[in-house]
Amino acid sequence: MPKQTPSQTVGPYFAYGLTPQPYGRPGIADGRIVNETVPGERIIVTGRVIDGAGKPVIDSMIEIWQADAQGRYAHPADGREADFHGFGRTGTDETGTFRIETVKPGSVTGSDARPQAPHLNVTVFARGMPNHAYTRIYFSDESAANESDAVLGLVDAGRRGTLIAARQETAGGPVYRFDINLQGDAETVFFDP
Amino acid sequence: MKPNTEYTRRDWDSHPPYIVPDYKSTLLRGPKKPLIPIPHSLSELTGPVFGHDKVGPLDHDLTKNGVQNGDPLGERIIVTGRVLDEAGRPVPHTLVELWQANAAGRYVHRWDQHNAPLDPNFFGGGRTVTDAEGRYRFITIKPGAYPWGNHHNAWRPNHIHFSLFGPSFVTRLVTQMYFPGDPLLEYDPIYQGIPEVSRSRLISRFSLDVTEPMQALGYEFDIVLRGPRATPVDED
Ligand SMILES: [Fe+2]
Repeated sequence: MPKQTPSQTVGPYFAYGLTPQPYGRPGIADGRIVNETVPGERIIVTGRVIDGAGKPVIDSMIEIWQADAQGRYAHPADGREADFHGFGRTGTDETGTFRIETVKPGSVTGSDARPQAPHLNVTVFARGMPNHAYTRIYFSDESAANESDAVLGLVDAGRRGTLIAARQETAGGPVYRFDINLQGDAETVFFDP
Repeated sequence: MKPNTEYTRRDWDSHPPYIVPDYKSTLLRGPKKPLIPIPHSLSELTGPVFGHDKVGPLDHDLTKNGVQNGDPLGERIIVTGRVLDEAGRPVPHTLVELWQANAAGRYVHRWDQHNAPLDPNFFGGGRTVTDAEGRYRFITIKPGAYPWGNHHNAWRPNHIHFSLFGPSFVTRLVTQMYFPGDPLLEYDPIYQGIPEVSRSRLISRFSLDVTEPMQALGYEFDIVLRGPRATPVDED
């Protein structure tokens, strides 16, 4: 049987390959996961990627994979018709900040057949990361659902907060703040799915 | 896909650790707390599906997709191979993205300050979708080595960056393809950070069969992603 091909870092120069829009080339996705017609609550998710010295990581990329507002994924394993593709990809800027425009996902059934709390699935890539890292973004206004979520239940209570984006109401609509700390006391919980 | 299918786990005997001390920027960027294994729900068993609509007619041909006033300089090569899962089954219709330096070892990226020439006719990025047998094929220019700041006289071996999705969010892979016989591999902490048993999987094979007379040298590079693992079905 063949064995898994080893992972390697995206390096510092992935942008023109993976997020090439600033180079005048079409990309496969960007930080805007929805268009005007997709149903659901419009949200912005933004935050910074931060290294172990507290410095912004200006050459990282995050990808988002999410269900639509009804909790449906656009994939044959789900099988239902989803409202959108549900994939986003964006680099961090010179302040280490990323920004995602999307709709809040609905609940997705867990592996134990119970509903999971709404969440975005996230991968983090960067120069200096030989492997990408997996995490999830949960939502602060879903405290009851978060309380009973099976995946959050696998995480020490003291670290769960690193997975929960804080909701703020702004003139432009709800904005969720989610920083990704690669190391340190507040290191974001990373999964090994 | 059957509902009780899971994917195999990341094989940490094959992948580098997050922190490779000789690769200095990993020291502040690699997670240090243990990763938490999670079961596979639809969130893990699904993932983005990209069709041919995301791929333009010249996207697989880097000798053509950046042309402004002539052919790019350098050694033309063909890079082809199959995307497979761990059971050896092809991964069909999956997106493969690629990016690389030009023949002089210079990237188009706006931050690349290497004192080597840009090639006005070479962009260095491309993408394609595997066919029904999991096969992909790129035409490009052999990338040059380039210096980096990791340590005194550090040079990256010739390499091509690859990005793949596979059938689910957990089969995602970003890697680098290297060339056989490159003397820089021995000194490269990014390559050397991979466990010894699995390193050579990233070295492409020169192939005279793939080589086209009077046209381009051929290299083969197969990529193995995590595969479905059937779990016993609990009938009740
Ligand atoms: Fe590179």
